[in-house]
Amino acid sequence: MKILVVDDEKDIQALFEQRFRKEIRSGEMEFAFAFSGEEALIFLEDSGQEAVLILSDINMPGISGLELLRRIKEKYKEPPPIVMMITAYGDNDNHQTAMHLGANDFLTKPLDFNFLKEQLKGYLHD
Amino acid sequence: MNEAAFAEYTKNLVQQGAVGSDEKYVTENRPTDLYLHFLPFLQGMLYVGNDAPLKEQELQLVQNLAEAFSTAYARYEDFTKLEAAKSAVEAAMDELRATQSQLVQQEKLASLGQLTAGIAHEIKNPLNFVNNFSEVSIEMIEEVLEEREKTRLSDRLGRESTDGTLVDDILKDIKVNLQKIHKHGTRANGIVTSMLLHARGGSGKKEPTDLNALVREYVNLCFHGMRAGKNPIHVEIVLDLDTEMGLTPLVKEDFTRVIINLCTNAFDAMRSKSISDQSGNYVPRLRITTKKEAQTMTMVVEDNGPGIPDEIKDKIMQPFFTTKKGTEGTGLGLSISHDIVKAHGGSLNVEIKESEGSAFVIQLPIV
Repeated sequence: MKILVVDDEKDIQALFEQRFRKEIRSGEMEFAFAFSGEEALIFLEDSGQEAVLILSDINMPGISGLELLRRIKEKYKEPPPIVMMITAYGDNDNHQTAMHLGANDFLTKPLDFNFLKEQLKGYLHD
Repeated sequence: MNEAAFAEYTKNLVQQGAVGSDEKYVTENRPTDLYLHFLPFLQGMLYVGNDAPLKEQELQLVQNLAEAFSTAYARYEDFTKLEAAKSAVEAAMDELRATQSQLVQQEKLASLGQLTAGIAHEIKNPLNFVNNFSEVSIEMIEEVLEEREKTRLSDRLGRESTDGTLVDDILKDIKVNLQKIHKHGTRANGIVTSMLLHARGGSGKKEPTDLNALVREYVNLCFHGMRAGKNPIHVEIVLDLDTEMGLTPLVKEDFTRVIINLCTNAFDAMRSKSISDQSGNYVPRLRITTKKEAQTMTMVVEDNGPGIPDEIKDKIMQPFFTTKKGTEGTGLGLSISHDIVKAHGGSLNVEIKESEGSAFVIQLPIV
C-alpha cells in the first residue's frame, strides 16, 4: 500500500519513516512525500494513481490541503483514493469543510501515530 | 418723573436685580423732578436722569456712550464665551488623548488577536515533531536494547553475533532525532518569545534587526492567522528579500505591527476581490520585497487585490478612516503604521496600480 504524505514541513518525512520503520521494512507500507499541494498533484499525475491513500496537511503555502482534496476528489473517481487531512487547526470550520469535500478522516497535530497506524491498517485491510 | 415715582422706579430695578441697591441714588440734595432718557442697546439699556431734558447734542453723546458700552459688553461676552469654549476644548482634548491611547492599545491587542491562530498553528507544528520524535526515540532505544540482548544471548550460545550495523543505524537516527527535537523546541520558544515581545512591548529602543527574518516570521504568522480565521483564502506568498540586507535599526515590537497590519490589509483586499471575481482565474498574490541601498532600505508590501479608489487614496492614512464594515476595522492600523515608520525616521507611501492592486512602500534610513 502506497501512502502519499503532503506537508510543507520537511521533517515530516524523517518522522514518518521512523514511526513506520517496521511497516516500511516489512514492505507492508510504502511512503512517498510531497512538500506542497502542487508537488502532490504532479506526483499523482506521474504515478497514475499509484497512491491509494493520501495524508495531507491543510495549511500550506500555495494550494492548500483543502483545495488539493477538492481537486483529487474531482479528478480521481475510480477507485476514489482515501484522503486523510492533518492540521494544526482543530477548528470546526476546517473540519466541516474537509468532510464536506469528501475527506475520509480529519486528524489534528500533534499527531497520535498509534491512532494513525490503526486507521491506516484499517484502510489497508478493507 | 417726581421723587416718589423715582423711588418706586428704583425699587423696581432693585427687585429685578438690574441695580445693586438704591442707596447711591438717594443723595442729600436730590432733585424733586427728573427727566429720564432711555437709550436701549443690544445687551441692556442706559438711562440718564437729569433735572432738564437733554439737548440734541447731549443726547447724541449719551447715545455714543451707549454704543461704545454695547461694543465693550459684546467683547466681554465674547471673551467669556471663548474662555468657556477653551476649557471645553481642553477637556475634550484630554478625553480624546485618553481615548486615543486606549484605542492604540486596543489596536495592538487586535493585531495580537489576528496572530493568535497563527501562533497556535506555529506552536503545534514544532510540538508535533517534539512529541513524536521523542516517542519514536524511546521505541528505538528499546529496539537497541533488544538487539543487544540478542547479541548477548548469541555470545552465550557461542553463535555468530547478530549484525551490529542495525544498532549503529538506530543510534545515528536517535542522535538526529534529538537534534530535531532541540531544533523544534527552539523554534517554539522563539515564537512564544516574539509573541510576548509583541504583546508587552520591548525596550522601545531601536536595535539592529534582521528585517528579512522578521518579515519571514510575521508574514507566516499572519498567513496562518488568516487561514484559521473567518473566510480564509488561498494566497500565493512571494518573498523577494535582499540577501545583502544586513541589520536595520528597528524598534522590533513596533515594526512587527507594521508588517502585521500591511499583510492583514492585503489579505482583506484580496479576499474582497476573490469574492467579487467572476472569471475563476484570480489567484491572490502577496509579494514582499526588501532592498538595501546606500543610505536607505526599501520594503514593499504588494497585493493584487482591487486596489484603492482614487477618491480615498489621501484618506487611508488618517486615523479612524476605514473601508471595513462595523467592527471589522478600527481605522487605526494604517495610521499607527504610518506613525511607527515616521518615528523610525522613514516614510510609508502607497502606490496604486489601477486594477492591479496596491503597494505600500516603506523607506527607512539605515545609517
